[in-house]
Amino acid sequence: MSELPVVPLGTTEIDLVGVRKGSFGTSGSGDTSGFGGLVAPIVMPGASLPPFGGWFDEVAEELALSLLDAGVSGVVEKIVIDRGEMTFHVKAEHLISFMTECRDEPALRFEMCTSVSGVHFPEDADRELHIVYSLLSITHNRRIRVEVSIPDADRHLPSLVALYPSADWHERETWDFFGIIFDGHPALTRIEMPDDWVGHPQRKDYPLGGIPIEYKGATIPSPEHRRSYN
Amino acid sequence: MTATDFTNADPFSGSYDTTEGTVYNLGGGDWDSIAAAPEGENERIVVNMGPQHPSTHGVLRMILELEGETVVEARCGIGFLHTGIEKNMEFRTWVQGVTYVTRMDYLAPMFNETAYCLSVERLLGIEDQIPERANVIRVMMMELNRVSSHLVALATGGMELGALTAMIFGFRERELVLDIFEMVSGLRMNSAYIRPGGVAIDLPNGAEEKIRETVVLLRKRLKDTADLLVGNAIWMGRTVGVGYLDLTGCTALGMTGPVLRSTGLPHDLRKSAPYCGYENYEFNVPTQTTCDAYGRFLIRIAEMRESLNIVDQCLDRLVPGPVMIADKKIAWPSQLSIGGDGQGNSPEHIQKIMSESMEALIHHFKLVTEGFSVPAGQVYVPIESPRGELGAHVVSTGGTRPYRVHFRDPSFNNLQAVAAMSEGSMIADVIAAVASIDPVMGGVDR
Repeated sequence: MSELPVVPLGTTEIDLVGVRKGSFGTSGSGDTSGFGGLVAPIVMPGASLPPFGGWFDEVAEELALSLLDAGVSGVVEKIVIDRGEMTFHVKAEHLISFMTECRDEPALRFEMCTSVSGVHFPEDADRELHIVYSLLSITHNRRIRVEVSIPDADRHLPSLVALYPSADWHERETWDFFGIIFDGHPALTRIEMPDDWVGHPQRKDYPLGGIPIEYKGATIPSPEHRRSYN
Repeated sequence: MTATDFTNADPFSGSYDTTEGTVYNLGGGDWDSIAAAPEGENERIVVNMGPQHPSTHGVLRMILELEGETVVEARCGIGFLHTGIEKNMEFRTWVQGVTYVTRMDYLAPMFNETAYCLSVERLLGIEDQIPERANVIRVMMMELNRVSSHLVALATGGMELGALTAMIFGFRERELVLDIFEMVSGLRMNSAYIRPGGVAIDLPNGAEEKIRETVVLLRKRLKDTADLLVGNAIWMGRTVGVGYLDLTGCTALGMTGPVLRSTGLPHDLRKSAPYCGYENYEFNVPTQTTCDAYGRFLIRIAEMRESLNIVDQCLDRLVPGPVMIADKKIAWPSQLSIGGDGQGNSPEHIQKIMSESMEALIHHFKLVTEGFSVPAGQVYVPIESPRGELGAHVVSTGGTRPYRVHFRDPSFNNLQAVAAMSEGSMIADVIAAVASIDPVMGGVDR
């Protein structure tokens, strides 16, 4: 991001995902409140430092060791422990080796990939699309989240279907909603939207749609165009 | 007739697409040559089952490739009920989100609401400030909902296999549970009853007695339904060994809920990762080891009994107290009560904000129109819905609206197993296999 707003101490570039402007979403009309000029950074929880406490340390250490054995380095960008949940931010090129260790290492044994979801941060330059995986280990009763950030200009990510067959539909849904191309997916087609649909609806640059409603002479704008307090 | 024979050529066609191989035309009179052609091969036909076939549990489309009556390939087509709920939620406040999620899996509204509210509460960091009474009511509503959902699974599953009495019984008993929901929340379905911070309204007078009576009645009626089907030779003939999926298959396909428990693995999030105080209740996790549709049916029957036991324990644990968090910056400003006209209202609150306290009025207005802000971050809170792991991945950027809400719906994930369960089986078994997954298309398509 070119001009950084004032951010809390210790915030790194990858924690900053966007900027919130104004308070009432007004534009084109006189702003007498002054709130329209507000600028605030959007900072996601930053990296945690070990010891993390509980089983988090064990998972982090085992993962580091098995990745070392596998001969890959620089896999994890940051580990976030936030609200009792553990998130590994992983580089896209190492996703497969990371997930393979998660699944196969007996001390980790994350048997299930329960969910794949996307988040679109249009202002997070070169990291606009975040793909979030949720892994569950029934053996050890643990749950971790794996997050990968990729640029909108190159929306490719390796598919996990060969590792976790359950990712099949979840990846199709993420393609459908965000336009992320999962290389190696057996049949990456739309799943919720019609086959000939144009655009990827969950992206932030895709409008919600809707028309203004007239009621007793007054016109109520569609939800997207109503005053926003964000 | 061969491709070089153009005597019957279509005068309006510019050219032939096919220049080699056998060409059949529709001129008629050549039945002998057509009927003779596929001799020796298995004739494979493609059947579209759904999206409006009554045995596909709503608008599920299945594309079946058949050789005779044997299913060679089975694929699902979904998306017919996609309503963009997740997108819509990004344009509403956090509290309004409840009214959206409740419409996802429409047979388990209380679970959708709870999964979403637990996520919002974790983002707010108020998980341990939820009043005890609210948690007990949540558990009670969820378990009643589990009973009603399993009853529909039994009813529609029975109907699809021809057991119409099971359908009548199932829907009749479900109505008993929906009557309770209507009494407590005002609505039979889509009640938006569970809210961030607690529940919308306390139990009305007489609700506890009504629930107690209904539980007694349900136990008796459940036994009738179970007697009808458990051990029934026709029912077993349709379900035993059908829709087989073992533990390896379940793990690979991310299956949870009764399908996973029918392989003998007692995985239940109420036990392994308790929420809403489930660690304080005594109940068993029923399992079977048959990996088939009959096992899943038995599990659902047993789970309903366990759920009724939990409801009994909830009633014993109910002590008077608040049902909404004390934090006035999050709690909905008023607690509604049902007036003489049958509508929900709060006369004391209106009295206060309209004629006593200007600050209270401003506070009410701000909280209702603008909503509360939720600190930036992301959470994923899974709960055990009647169909398996229901999780809400909720992302906040610190605003008054969700930045992204994604529901990991168990039906969506579990439908992937249709191919593994039914390929190689008879076409009639596809119905039983899908019924044993119990998919709800509102949750699948969202």
